[in-house]
Amino acid sequence: MTDAQLSVVGKPLPKVDVGAKVTGAATYADDILLPRTLFCRILRSHRPHARILSIDASRARRLPGVHAVITGHDLPARFGILPVSQDERALEHEKVRYVGDPVAAVAAVDEETAQAACDAITVEYQDLEAVMTIADALREPTDEPIHEYARRPANIHRMASYEFGDVEAGFAAADHVREDVFFFQGNTHLPMEQHSATATYVDGRLTLWSSTQVVHYVHRALAQVLGLPLNRIRVIGATHGGGFGGKTDPFAHEMVVAKLAMITGRPVKCTLSREEVFYAHRGRHPVLMWVRTGVTRDGRITAMHFRSALDGGAYGSYGAASVFYTGTLQTVTYRIPAYKFEGCRVFTNKAPCGPKRGHGTPQPRFALELHLEKIAHDIGMDPVQLKRSNFVQPFTRAVNWLRITSCGLEECTDRVLRASGYLTRRRRRGSGMGFAISAYMSGAGTAIYWNDMPHSECQIKVDRAGVTVYCGAMDIGQGSDSVLATVVAEELGLRPADIRLVTADTATTPIDLGSYSSRVTFMAGNAALEAARKMRSLLAEAVAAETGGTMDGVRFAGGRVGELGFADASALAEARFGTLATAGSYKPPRIGGPFKGSGVGPSPAYSYSAAVAEVEVDPRTGTLSVRKVWIAHDVGRAINPLLVVGQVEGSVYMAVGEALMEEQAYRKGLHKWPSMLEYKSPTFLEMPDIETFLVETVDPEGPYGAKEAGQGPLLPVIPAINSALFDALGVWVDEVPITPEKVLHALESQAKQGRPRYGPAAFPEIPYPEPIRVQPPDPRDMRVGEALEADA
Amino acid sequence: MLGLSMASELQRPVHRRIIHLTVNEEEHELLLPVHRTLLEVLREDLALTGTKHGCELGECGTCTVLVDGEPQLSCVLLPVQVEGRGITTIEGMAAGARLDPLQEAFIELGAAQCGYCTPGMLLAARSLLDRDPRPARDAIREALAGNLCRCTGYHKIVEAVELAARRG
Repeated sequence: MTDAQLSVVGKPLPKVDVGAKVTGAATYADDILLPRTLFCRILRSHRPHARILSIDASRARRLPGVHAVITGHDLPARFGILPVSQDERALEHEKVRYVGDPVAAVAAVDEETAQAACDAITVEYQDLEAVMTIADALREPTDEPIHEYARRPANIHRMASYEFGDVEAGFAAADHVREDVFFFQGNTHLPMEQHSATATYVDGRLTLWSSTQVVHYVHRALAQVLGLPLNRIRVIGATHGGGFGGKTDPFAHEMVVAKLAMITGRPVKCTLSREEVFYAHRGRHPVLMWVRTGVTRDGRITAMHFRSALDGGAYGSYGAASVFYTGTLQTVTYRIPAYKFEGCRVFTNKAPCGPKRGHGTPQPRFALELHLEKIAHDIGMDPVQLKRSNFVQPFTRAVNWLRITSCGLEECTDRVLRASGYLTRRRRRGSGMGFAISAYMSGAGTAIYWNDMPHSECQIKVDRAGVTVYCGAMDIGQGSDSVLATVVAEELGLRPADIRLVTADTATTPIDLGSYSSRVTFMAGNAALEAARKMRSLLAEAVAAETGGTMDGVRFAGGRVGELGFADASALAEARFGTLATAGSYKPPRIGGPFKGSGVGPSPAYSYSAAVAEVEVDPRTGTLSVRKVWIAHDVGRAINPLLVVGQVEGSVYMAVGEALMEEQAYRKGLHKWPSMLEYKSPTFLEMPDIETFLVETVDPEGPYGAKEAGQGPLLPVIPAINSALFDALGVWVDEVPITPEKVLHALESQAKQGRPRYGPAAFPEIPYPEPIRVQPPDPRDMRVGEALEADA
Repeated sequence: MLGLSMASELQRPVHRRIIHLTVNEEEHELLLPVHRTLLEVLREDLALTGTKHGCELGECGTCTVLVDGEPQLSCVLLPVQVEGRGITTIEGMAAGARLDPLQEAFIELGAAQCGYCTPGMLLAARSLLDRDPRPARDAIREALAGNLCRCTGYHKIVEAVELAARRG
């Protein structure tokens, strides 16, 4: 289908659900208030690391208005989002691992009573050493590790170690080798909406409405923890008030309200306070990184060795995958002939880290882009030229077996360089520009729990009432419902507003793995496309039979099917075939290489971005402000450019926050600023101008060629800002966020010691295991699945 | 009128009184504990759930309503403070089925993503346009700086306010 034939794909149409959002009619999880609802509050640990000796809830139970009090004894089953990290409990009754760990829960007639009952519960703790830093976590614990399954001798959660190709030979062939150390501080999603869930238990069936990004994972976790069969549980995603990865795990409060509803027989609701949202976290890991790269005199990379140490917080969450993500996507932007990666995630007594927009890749992207800038300066080469000369080519295979299909890196780079005037910028102290690139996945190539089933499923029903699309995907504000409606409308010659949607309800919609890893447009979009084409075929056959033409000759456009109106055409088809129902599904091809651990990183397609940031820095105060960001994003095809630009601008915004101010930091075991005032985030006044360019490479496997847009554009902005600081003042801040103090430290170090840098001094000794040595693939080998595996 | 009862769980007296509120030009007579915030009363007693809460500490702007046309944070207001004054929530922004030009502009330009900050943002913008029908871009930013949004990056919101201003 050529661009000219597309009628709604590519048009900047308003979101299908936006009317409810501008009138206050949308029902978010916390807006649900069923008759007879009881309110739940959760008692959380105020100790960072302690054994629980006893819990006495007798006083709480006697309070008038209290209907139920539960502790970990009532919900002892462990859970965790990844099968390899089943280390959480809805309520802990043996030990607590961070300030905020849930210990007990109350259902009462109102929130105040529930909170008073929580206050009346006495917990006797025996304090253990609190482990608050990566360095502490690498030492032998003085009393006991945070988790029994942590790798001795320390609090190590997970290691990864790989060598692709001959790294030593690569370094030997280099004319210049450089090492750098970087630190990326953790930060949190800070969704405007606090997490909320309401449960009912009627006729032996549990229903849970929640603010979640993945109804399917909550469904599975509830079954596991409550011991109920999946067919007795229904999870419904309410209108979503923002996630950014922070609502991708199943959470304690979801299980707690379910259990309390089962005990009391009444609806039970829990909305987290803003402070509790900071403890629920699952945000950006603090990551310490070391990178060593060899280049030839003309800037070609000969080998790279990348090490990471992730501060995981108290639980596994997605962390076992996060470790790999700090090491996998380097090769998807730059051609690295020999690559070694060693990663390590440690447990600490802090709120658990997990996936935040870009999951595990903004940190290494920041490090890599700055590292290459420095190498360029070392060898007297223009950084853009050095980066460009190492760009991957479309339709090639990287050294770690990742398959690259469409790739708009060159065009993205051209667009931002031209628009910003980067190459011809005037040099003035205090003002500078920086350039960086990145790539991100359009959905993960493997499911988080092993299975051979589709990642996205979609059904379409057409009858006298019109078209209804059923899909488990959760619209978290990015517009995934609009994408589904647009795809189906395009195929059936309708408008998106004509399509009725039923999404994110485990009782009525087929499974989709939810809104994370930027997967919905690509995967649910492809499932919807398949279902819509089947439906189109039924309608075309019926109309062709009636009007005497061929099926292929039946045109779908403007609400008409051939010469008939859509309603008449569907009536004909229903009379001919009976119930009009079609289904489509999507399962990514098996892309990963022939080695253990190859499941993290492969994606059916990668998006590409390039950014230039312009900053002003005041050398007297260290204050850095971002004036403008030019960003180009290769989205494959923009199914709705209005929504894609919205994702790009939102990504730039979040990157500016991370680069300049956002920090999930701790002092003496406590979160330093669990409130929206003290946890700094950009307002209207801190936002730079943004000029966005959408690059369309039309990916062969994306729906209409589409790739992701929600996460990738965040990635290049952070290193572009750091580089712009160097351009402005000649100093490096090898840390994120770039606070004024750090800029001043770097200037001071420049003045006193001639070392124009602020950042971590060294990377710790980590007992990484022997690497798994993997033979690199033929870079031209684009095979997938059995064809690839049979050979390898 | 002042009522007094004991909230047993707190073991301390709770003052209740009859409060008259005018919300979206409708009169309400309510018997309320005096410490209940306007946000709680709007959402829980009057079922006006379009007003959102994001922090309940007056930090994020999500719960913004208009009090006599001025943007106010309903999470740090008590109903007694706004008796006799006109409160407008997002449900009162459209004239029946006819949307406010700001609502139209937010729809057209994609100024709402998750939409959670949108009610507060729209009301703060309405107040601005009522005071200053053709605000400069900096005036828009300044007026809305107390309303946080994590999705949009703010630009579409500024553009939408400008579009609505142009349309009057």
